Amino acid sequence: MNNEIERTTSTTQPKREIAGIMSICALLLGVYFGIVLTKSEVVRWQRVHDMFLFRELHMYLIIGVGIAVAAVSMMLIKALKLKSIDNKPIVYQPKRFHKGVIFGGMLFGAGWAITGSCPGPIYAQIGAGAWPALFTFGGAMLGTFVYAVLFPRLPH
Amino acid sequence: MEAIFQPWPWWVSGILVGLTVPLLFILAGKAFGISTSLQQIGAMCVPHSKLTYFANYKRKEGVWVLLFALGIAAGGYIGNFWLSSTPIEFLPAAFYAWPGLLKLFIGGILIGFGTRYAGGCTSGHSITGIANLNWPSLVATIFFFVGGLAVSWGIGHLLFGPLN
Repeated sequence: MNNEIERTTSTTQPKREIAGIMSICALLLGVYFGIVLTKSEVVRWQRVHDMFLFRELHMYLIIGVGIAVAAVSMMLIKALKLKSIDNKPIVYQPKRFHKGVIFGGMLFGAGWAITGSCPGPIYAQIGAGAWPALFTFGGAMLGTFVYAVLFPRLPH
Repeated sequence: MEAIFQPWPWWVSGILVGLTVPLLFILAGKAFGISTSLQQIGAMCVPHSKLTYFANYKRKEGVWVLLFALGIAAGGYIGNFWLSSTPIEFLPAAFYAWPGLLKLFIGGILIGFGTRYAGGCTSGHSITGIANLNWPSLVATIFFFVGGLAVSWGIGHLLFGPLN
């Protein structure tokens, strides 16, 4: 009886603990990313506008360097067979191609240009007190529900 | 130290953005991508929905992205109020009144619908996807710019008047 309790606690307890730590890490990495978005000024409508009008390279350079650093990191993760802290292999699940990648992509791009923010910056803007971003967020939620309703009828 | 309180240069920003991908994989076991948070919040708003898009969604597995989004909001506050010598102009003054707010709302609908239909946004497709040499993500990114450029250079002027 005693043994059984010990066995169950010894296998489930650390598992739950590591899941908790990983959740805290997700929160803290959000804080990190929010600070980076804000201090790099990716969150500014003007920066996005100037990107689409080719007035400055700032955004292109950030996205470009970001992709390069992420790509090298992924190569290192593969080469060193690094695992996540819960000891699971790190595997990227590819996103597959369908018509939505084109049509949805274009619509998102249009929204990005109009509002000056993609989903990450919406949260940063709200957190920083730029309250009109609540309208961007409200619209994004409505758009998500419209997609959920149309989901079965849209070509995928 | 003073440099921290100024806007960060593109190369510092780019490196830190890129590092988000391995950090999230290693510390949280997740692929970097933020627009899933919209599906997560939507699914949590309608827990008994019969819509396939929400009914088949595993809400527990998406809790992390909600925490991540909350963190971004906190990061926005810290970046703006603690780490900047002058407050950042997130949105031009025109967005703080009616026609501007409507623009944000309409643009928001396009963001929500578009990212969900495309299966990702700048983070999930453009950064994580391309970094993993996933070609549909490159196609998505090209069409993000097709849509954005169309608005900034043409259609936007017709529909919304000069945007600035």
